[in-house]
Amino acid sequence: MTPIIEASDVALSFGPTPALRGASVTAAAGEILAVMGPSGSGKSTLLHCLAGILVPDVGVVRFEGRRIDTLGESDRSALRRDRFGFVFQFGQLVPELTAVENVALPLLLGGAKRAAAVAEARIWFGRLGLDGLEERRCGELSGGQAQRVALARGLVARPRVLFADEPTGALDSLAGEHVMEQLTGAARDEGTTVILVTHEPRVAAYAQRGVIVRDGRVTTLTPPQEVTA
Amino acid sequence: MSVPLTLLGLLERESSHGYDLKRDYDTFFGRGKPLPFGQVYATLGRLARDGKVMVSEVGPGEGPDRKRYVITGRGATDVETWLTEPVEPEPHLQTVLFAKVVLALMLDRPAADYLDTQRAAHLQRMRELTEVKRTGGLVDALLADHGLFHLEADLRWIDLTAARLDTLADEVSRASEIARVKANRR
Repeated sequence: MTPIIEASDVALSFGPTPALRGASVTAAAGEILAVMGPSGSGKSTLLHCLAGILVPDVGVVRFEGRRIDTLGESDRSALRRDRFGFVFQFGQLVPELTAVENVALPLLLGGAKRAAAVAEARIWFGRLGLDGLEERRCGELSGGQAQRVALARGLVARPRVLFADEPTGALDSLAGEHVMEQLTGAARDEGTTVILVTHEPRVAAYAQRGVIVRDGRVTTLTPPQEVTA
Repeated sequence: MSVPLTLLGLLERESSHGYDLKRDYDTFFGRGKPLPFGQVYATLGRLARDGKVMVSEVGPGEGPDRKRYVITGRGATDVETWLTEPVEPEPHLQTVLFAKVVLALMLDRPAADYLDTQRAAHLQRMRELTEVKRTGGLVDALLADHGLFHLEADLRWIDLTAARLDTLADEVSRASEIARVKANRR
């Protein structure tokens, strides 16, 4: 397996508090990987290191074989804009913009013309069952709808890796399930790698593989070949 | 709860009389449902017949409690296999998992690793059920949901137990010490 993204022996402290203590994880192209662990275990920090949002104190982060932990802020910012997509727990839509403008945002930031960006964004409304909601503002959307708009925004630029941090954490079971079906379905269709941080087993079950973060270290959960009673 | 394997686990810790085994079983696993003496001796008899325990000494006097039981190599292998292999993921496993965790702590085995193995097995089963939901009709999806919610409850218990292993280890050690003091007074 050639990893598309990997962290090797990554350590990071916030002041005197260690968040990661030699964490290693890899994901293959097109793989959906669940990163689980209790609150405060370091799983979101690991996601932020993989995504180039945070730079580890120690260790190496690679994307498509190239080190990204040694890049400067502007290069990492360009990488996040052009190659990565993001979905967070609370959609974090821009309230002043309509839903379709929110989805078009990554394309506009990448230099696309407004008409082309909005046209591309509209396609995702059809794909994710959001037809008719294009002109609404986020206050006029349900939690599930807002999160699917956020998912469309995360995928519209066709990222190589989608980072999803507790994407269903603010939703009820049914709405959460809908988001996960759309997320994993779209990722499969696009061949997008997904790094899915969650503490919910039902959400983790949508991933092909799981790792658990404990005290800043990663344990790979290997399913047994044969389960005996 | 597997009584034979739990008794074997207790015997791996130290050789015991049937009376002491019953006392320890009731202390750690009975939870208001004490093991009848008859079941203890019947189980020990079957384990001896199958070569998993042997009688190390027979004291003077009458009654089955004169015998001191020792685990054999075959019995120890059974305990090892039982502890390390995950239970088939199905709802309502808590009592079996609880027995495994407590015995692992008593025997100074890696209880956290066993819980991870079980967690992996549960997640694998949940993936299969999630796939059923994705590809099947509503009836299949609802049945899969029923399994998923129960497996999720097991996983939450596993998470909570994993987070409390150190405290549980202290409590198990304290209870073992109290049981030992009581036995010496006998």
